[in-house]
Amino acid sequence: MANKNKIAKRADNKNGYLFVLPYALVFTVFILVPVLLAIVLSFTNFNAIEFPSWVGFLNYITVLTNDEVFMQYVLPNTIVYALVVGVGGYILSFVLAWALCNLTKPVRTIFALILYSPSMTAGVAMVVVWKVIFSGDQTGLLNNWLMEIGAITDPIIWLINANYLLPIVIVVGLWSSMGIGFLSLIAGILNIDEALYEAGAIDGIKNRFQEMIYITIPSMKPQMLFAAVMSIVNAFQAGSVYTLLTGNPSPGYASQLIVNHIEDYGFLRYEMGYAAALSVVLLLMVQLFSKVANKLFTEKDEF
Amino acid sequence: MAYKGHRINPKGFEKSQIKIILLLLPLIIFMALPIVYIINHAFKPMEELFAFPPNFFVRNPTLDNFTALIKASRTAGIPMSRYVFNSLIITSVTIVLSLLFTTMAAFALSKIRFRAKYVLMDINQAAMMFVATAVLIPRYLVMTFTGTINTYVAHILPLLAVPVALFLVKQFVDQVPDSLLEAAYMDGASDRQVYTKIIIPMIKPAIATAAIMVFQQVWTNMETSNYFVNDDSLKTLTFYMNTLANANNTVAGQGMSAAAALIMFIPNLVLFILLQNNVMNTMATSGIK
Repeated sequence: MANKNKIAKRADNKNGYLFVLPYALVFTVFILVPVLLAIVLSFTNFNAIEFPSWVGFLNYITVLTNDEVFMQYVLPNTIVYALVVGVGGYILSFVLAWALCNLTKPVRTIFALILYSPSMTAGVAMVVVWKVIFSGDQTGLLNNWLMEIGAITDPIIWLINANYLLPIVIVVGLWSSMGIGFLSLIAGILNIDEALYEAGAIDGIKNRFQEMIYITIPSMKPQMLFAAVMSIVNAFQAGSVYTLLTGNPSPGYASQLIVNHIEDYGFLRYEMGYAAALSVVLLLMVQLFSKVANKLFTEKDEF
Repeated sequence: MAYKGHRINPKGFEKSQIKIILLLLPLIIFMALPIVYIINHAFKPMEELFAFPPNFFVRNPTLDNFTALIKASRTAGIPMSRYVFNSLIITSVTIVLSLLFTTMAAFALSKIRFRAKYVLMDINQAAMMFVATAVLIPRYLVMTFTGTINTYVAHILPLLAVPVALFLVKQFVDQVPDSLLEAAYMDGASDRQVYTKIIIPMIKPAIATAAIMVFQQVWTNMETSNYFVNDDSLKTLTFYMNTLANANNTVAGQGMSAAAALIMFIPNLVLFILLQNNVMNTMATSGIK
């Protein structure tokens, strides 16, 4: 970021503000102000009709002590989902990116396209596929297949049975998690100077695994961080798609994620103040995870 | 036998690649199945949709589901062409404006010296972790307050600022050599001329990438139709496709929603295939330092 350039002679070229202005304006009105507003609303009781009334930390106290659904289902579900789809999906996308980079360009391009394409539609358009695959009667693809190989005798009602909901949602999440971060990782690996590998071999690196740990990852930390941030955001903003699959609230809250909980309070119960407090909790969780990613992959600390 | 260090991005085919391909293949197939399935499902005639046991692949492909999709909209009062029109207008305006704003800001943040620059960059970088669904309600309030609710603008404005896109474009502008700009300034070019004559032509891959990102967000967005617009005739194709998918939980509805999903998916795929070289070029500079 220490990119001090010598182009303009003046230190404060007013044109800079002019060029930034349009973006800054939409950014402020539709990202910055809403975030600040969410923080303010989280300290109020607001039903979308009457003017909000100040309640101090009440909403946060409720989140922590009085919202059984949140503590029992939503928080554990969200953390499990974030760990499996966020962290697990991230590791998977690195391993896949690395494997792809060991292939020739035509093969790599086709494989990358197949892996990336599920993330294009952000899942919304694809809900119908999952509905057919996980259909609860014997015409459902998965049921039909499992019955054919004799694993089950009666069809399983996948999308209603609380035991299967979270795993199903996680599978769908992983399926669509090879997004832009994955592409960034591929580009990162491809850009590593080959001389580094040769030097590594002279210095005693014995196999591909050591190469990955001692050369590949340290040489592409910026891409590792970018992909990590993308994975985290992707994992935490998931939820709306699953409403189409399992309904909101999902049966027995089995696959209720924090985004679903926010929608439940904000748009079904109209407890906007409380929903805002949940939103702030969500944004804080994202920040927390990103801090960890930052610690892991900033340039300064050397291996 | 000393280990020589392996070659990333091999030029030719070697035996060792077979092992990797075999390991990857099951996963590749799993990832591709839903998409292969939807393509097949969309072209299935009625009796195959009802078939038991269900078939994965289509046997006698027809366009029945697509015609049913168009017919269904006639009874709904609002023709499907209206939704197509809405989506095209909204998507194109959003992409054009967003790219204009993003490239302008990227140019300034990368190449112009002004005081607020580094603060703005840090704010944008923090906003990359922004989760839009978390602020749906405050956004709704902002839109009500500005009087943009229930208009076309309600689809466009919230999606114009994409922090990740600005970040990627800015990283790419960083690559444009300063000497080139200095020469232009020396010849008396203004900032605006440098932006239009040098920066824009040189960052085309990044623009293409940002265009894909914005397209993906707008094209499949349902939030704006669900929450910011009440008037059905102002809603988007994605919204319409989804109501169909939800309203028709029957087998016939399945065929229709598969056709709908395919219509939504294909533009994304085509755009990406066309621009993938640009995307990979941009991704090379995507790292966060």
